[in-house]
Amino acid sequence: MPRTSRHARDVAVVAFAQSDHLRRTDELSEVEMVMPVLHQVLARTGLKAGEIGFTCSGSSDYLAGRAFSFTMTLDGVGAWPPISESHVEMDGAWALYEAWVKIQTGEADTALVYSYGKSSPGPVRDVLTRQLDPYYLAPLWPDSVALAALQAQALIDAGETDEPSLAAIGARSRAAAEANPHAQLRGPVPQGDYQVRPLHTGDCPPIGDGAAAVILAAGDTARRLCERPAWITGIDHRIEAHGLGLRDLTDSPSTRTAAERAGVFDAPVDTAELHAPFSSQEVVLRKVLGLGDGVAVNPSGGALAANPVMAAGLIRIGEAAARIHRGESDRAVAHATSGPCLQQNLVAVLEGDPA
Amino acid sequence: MTATVPSPDVLRAPLVVEFPFTRSLGPVQSAFLTGLREGLVLGVKTSDGTVMVPPVEYDPRTAEEIRELVEVGATGTVTTWAWNGLPRPNQPLDTPFAWVLVTLDGADTALLHALDAPGPESVRTGMRVRVRWAAERTGAITDIACFEPYEGPAGPGAAPHAGVFAEPVTGIVAPARLDYTYSPGRAQTAYISGLSEQKTIGERCPSCHKVYVPPRGACPTCGVATTDQVEVGPAGTVTTYCIVNIKARGLDIEVPYVYAHIALDGAGLALHGRIGGIPYDQVRMGLRVEPVWTEGGRYPDHYRPTGEPDADYDAYKELI
Ligand SMILES: [Zn+2]
Repeated sequence: MPRTSRHARDVAVVAFAQSDHLRRTDELSEVEMVMPVLHQVLARTGLKAGEIGFTCSGSSDYLAGRAFSFTMTLDGVGAWPPISESHVEMDGAWALYEAWVKIQTGEADTALVYSYGKSSPGPVRDVLTRQLDPYYLAPLWPDSVALAALQAQALIDAGETDEPSLAAIGARSRAAAEANPHAQLRGPVPQGDYQVRPLHTGDCPPIGDGAAAVILAAGDTARRLCERPAWITGIDHRIEAHGLGLRDLTDSPSTRTAAERAGVFDAPVDTAELHAPFSSQEVVLRKVLGLGDGVAVNPSGGALAANPVMAAGLIRIGEAAARIHRGESDRAVAHATSGPCLQQNLVAVLEGDPA
Repeated sequence: MTATVPSPDVLRAPLVVEFPFTRSLGPVQSAFLTGLREGLVLGVKTSDGTVMVPPVEYDPRTAEEIRELVEVGATGTVTTWAWNGLPRPNQPLDTPFAWVLVTLDGADTALLHALDAPGPESVRTGMRVRVRWAAERTGAITDIACFEPYEGPAGPGAAPHAGVFAEPVTGIVAPARLDYTYSPGRAQTAYISGLSEQKTIGERCPSCHKVYVPPRGACPTCGVATTDQVEVGPAGTVTTYCIVNIKARGLDIEVPYVYAHIALDGAGLALHGRIGGIPYDQVRMGLRVEPVWTEGGRYPDHYRPTGEPDADYDAYKELI
């Protein structure tokens, strides 16, 4: 039994798979990119597509440059005879949340969650401006790096970090990614020029294509499918005011609230997989999650090593779960974000059964 | 860094997504944007006295509706900034500039915009700036051309404003254009390349043996990759059809005409195309048809009767 579950049903991540994240994948359509990942994650449980109770995906039409783009990847899940399926126009971490709710209601015992993004076809910095307030922000086209840079400068002004400390975060992440064969950037990467000052190239995520998938299962089904299930003992997501100028960019109250509700602070964690696409955002997240030096932060390399948009948050949950599966972690926190400057945040606590 | 050289074998083409989003404004946004057109900046005051600029219609902390408008200064203080050495398309200035969050005199929250400054050394948090108005103003956030450094007295603070204007702005049109390079992937590249030789190439599912055309690379029934390429057609059978009576804009085809599902010989599902070379009211299920290519055409212009006897219903009923 998980130690601290507070929900109607015990639900665990029982399998995780991800693609190699690459700068571009022109030779693959989206379904061609996603399908091997779906096959891998199913193979890890022995489940067939038709045995899955609920399927939920996350992706973005703006990345694909066309409407209803997610329907194309449904071909990869074997959607005939008809399946119970849903989609979120968000990172797959939110698709996982929907699937977790579905299992909590008792309407499914297993769920396949997948997400993907190809950033290579379009100018992703500009594409992401279309998610901003259409009245006051989007007409100015402030790109994702610019908005993160405003947050970084606010942190520097507040004395919470400086440029060398930020560079060290990028370097540590990419050094950790040397052990991650899927990561896009591994090992030493030049800190580079300013992209938008104070952020250098090395403070920014690589732009690339990739996909990820997890399988969730409840109770005894999870125990049957996985030797050491990664129980989701708490999960919550919160959002902050839309206006950037209304927010204290050095803080993330939505992450803090989500973490409290998910039970992060009830007991120590040994691992944190944080979705911090920019080095400066790790500074904020470490602070609000109260992560000490003893916690392994982004042992996978995190989003600074691979940031497939719409999949990078789901990958954080998957990486945290995989460490529990392997016995390398007993209690992990996973975080996903969406929107500018950590606007929306999801926090999950994952625990393995005691040895 | 991973190589960024595209694979030479795959098709690619420019894909432009362009849209003018037309949006209506509520009373607060209308007053704010109309105020910009008139050269003044309005905010809203919440019940606890906080002045928000740009204004919102509901207090993000209490969800209370806010309608109390105030005028604030066109001068303010930078609360954070970021130097943009390489401006991107559509951004407010095409020379290097700073992105800034500015708290205008009299306001308690900050507005995002651009600051025209000679270089990063001349920008700091806490510096004083003022609005540079656009020469032509329409009632949009871009009526503020940018901010510029300002060494002068602070504004008088927030003052009540009725928010009443002649000819208020009630909506905005926000044009957007994104330029993509589209690649159709392996399966669809093979299909499109086949069409250039006037061949129709499907792909067979290794599990259920159905031949998909056009192929998308996966069998939606089995959820596995389709791998074996199969040439289908050229002739096929009309499985079902409809008669189109409304002329589409820009389409040079006389109405009425017939649009049909056509099961090409060897294909496991029907594709669709126009039927020509036969009066529209003589098209029928089971009609045998073949593609007609035009000079330089990249896909069949239409399908016409082959003259063969109609196919037996049992031969195509699974494909309807
Ligand atoms: Zn099949």
